[in-house]
Amino acid sequence: MRELIRRMWRAPKVRAGAMVFLAVVLFGLLVPVFVRTGPMKTVGALYEGPSAQRWLGTDNFGRDVFVELAYGTRTSLEVGLLSGLIATLIGTAIGSIAGYKGGLVDGVLNSVTNLFLVIPPFVILILLSIGLQSRSIAMLAVIIGITSWSWVSRSVRAQVYSLKTRRHVDMARISGFGTFAIILRDILPYVLSYLVMAFVLQVASGILNEATLSMLGLGPLEAISLGTMMSWALMFEAVRAGAWWAFVPPVVLIALITFSLKYVNSGMDEVFNPRLRRA
Amino acid sequence: MKRFAKYIGKRFGWYLLTFLFALLLNFYLPRLVPGDPVSQIVSQIASGGVESETMKRLYDTYVREFGLDRPRILQFINYVAMLFRGDLGTSFSQYPTPVIKVLGQAVLWSLALQLPALLVGWVVGNLLGAVAAYRRGVFDHTVFPISLFFNSIPHYALGILLLYFLAVVLNLFPVAGGYDQALSITLSPAFLGSALYHYVLPFLSIVLVTVGGQAIGMREMSVYELNSDYVLYCRGLGIGNWRIVGYVFKNAVLPQITGFATSLGMVVGGSLITEVVFSYPGVGMELFTAIRQADYPLIQGCTLLITLGVLGANFLMDLTYGLIDPRIRAAEMGEAGG
Repeated sequence: MRELIRRMWRAPKVRAGAMVFLAVVLFGLLVPVFVRTGPMKTVGALYEGPSAQRWLGTDNFGRDVFVELAYGTRTSLEVGLLSGLIATLIGTAIGSIAGYKGGLVDGVLNSVTNLFLVIPPFVILILLSIGLQSRSIAMLAVIIGITSWSWVSRSVRAQVYSLKTRRHVDMARISGFGTFAIILRDILPYVLSYLVMAFVLQVASGILNEATLSMLGLGPLEAISLGTMMSWALMFEAVRAGAWWAFVPPVVLIALITFSLKYVNSGMDEVFNPRLRRA
Repeated sequence: MKRFAKYIGKRFGWYLLTFLFALLLNFYLPRLVPGDPVSQIVSQIASGGVESETMKRLYDTYVREFGLDRPRILQFINYVAMLFRGDLGTSFSQYPTPVIKVLGQAVLWSLALQLPALLVGWVVGNLLGAVAAYRRGVFDHTVFPISLFFNSIPHYALGILLLYFLAVVLNLFPVAGGYDQALSITLSPAFLGSALYHYVLPFLSIVLVTVGGQAIGMREMSVYELNSDYVLYCRGLGIGNWRIVGYVFKNAVLPQITGFATSLGMVVGGSLITEVVFSYPGVGMELFTAIRQADYPLIQGCTLLITLGVLGANFLMDLTYGLIDPRIRAAEMGEAGG
């Protein structure tokens, strides 16, 4: 694992992306420590422009956009990390069992994976969340996680499928180890680099999914996220009123987060797939 | 050709099953969680209020149409049967207009916006990506980060920025709608011109994001192919550069086709919500208003149509792929791989 991190860190893309991501994380963590006003507190009138006191002005409820932005970033990151973790875990479990077991088990699991690949996760997300009475951050992260594992599962399955014919896996099998022991000890460590990459992408897509839900008015109910900020700005005509400070910051932050994560992912890809590096 | 027909038949069968599964989800998921439409309506009736008369009427319609007094499984069969008659129930918010009527026009608007935008984005993105991989240097170093950046913004967020800068600040484009409301929907030049004028910004939002995603994928595939043995071999034989580029493009673009099909499911949400940003009269906009007004039949009509669209597109891509790539056709028919 340490070796893995060391190799990744040497890639300039990984380093640059990780720095940007960490900067965003620090912004979300530190601002709430130093600023006393809560994000929900009304501090001024509707759409006051940026000033020395309120760096990013106020939103449609007269709330401080800068403070909201920090809390929103935090919420979005939380949803992204949790949903990314859930999706990666489910995908890994289903994909590795399908790839290792083969036969009927694979047939069933693979069909389920394919179903979830073509039926838009967006649709399932809407169907699940319209009925929810309380849409907490954790709840949203869970439903996003359980609807977006199919990509991970598909790739893990393909890799495990080719790994299981390796000698050391045969040895473990002959030695009488069970399926789960073999998957955990002899197969998954070889897929680890891929899993890290998949997780990084899943975090990014989790954050985007949350924003998409929020845009439809299905976002978290008692928290501010980057998605709810965009959605409020749009609904309360910030765009047509020219109040750029209410919607440009959340858009930029969403872009920064996803951009940095995808940049890290692309850098890792070059480290682990030497074929992608130029001769 | 007979075997190809068999391949098509098999794929069609698979998509039909998937659609059935999607129907199940569409029917059961909203009814699984507490606070399903019916109990919400009932609680609203119970709490009284000015609208209780209307609520009562809605409730009666809903119960009658979906046979809510019967067991769930019978309700589901009834739902499917209604569907095959082209009946999606009655809209709550636009009572008593049937959902299918509300959505009929929206579907056309969405198709007219999404299809060309995604196709243009795909073509431009793949060309850019291939050139970036081949030319390397400055071109690659600018195309790659820019593509990645565009691909990192959701369609609707880019839409918000375009709307602000090009329509509000520079006043170049209209700020909302799919056409000038003063005109009636006809095929007159005035209407088409106005529709085109309103079309530019939402179209551009979807195209740019798609270009970004496709360019990155294609660049990666092309780099991979350019490093492969057959390219070295061709170079050694002294085969002209452009012919090699042709081979590379052919091999690299194939996975881009299936990749695009499978990513549609992921992309469709973002591109549909772009309609909300521009108040564009498509399915995305209908879905948005339906959710705000808790119009369950309309919401479920939208989700069903979206699923159907994505499945249909995937099926078409499968066909195209089978036609272009003989390997896939052979593999599918020989039951190999998988």
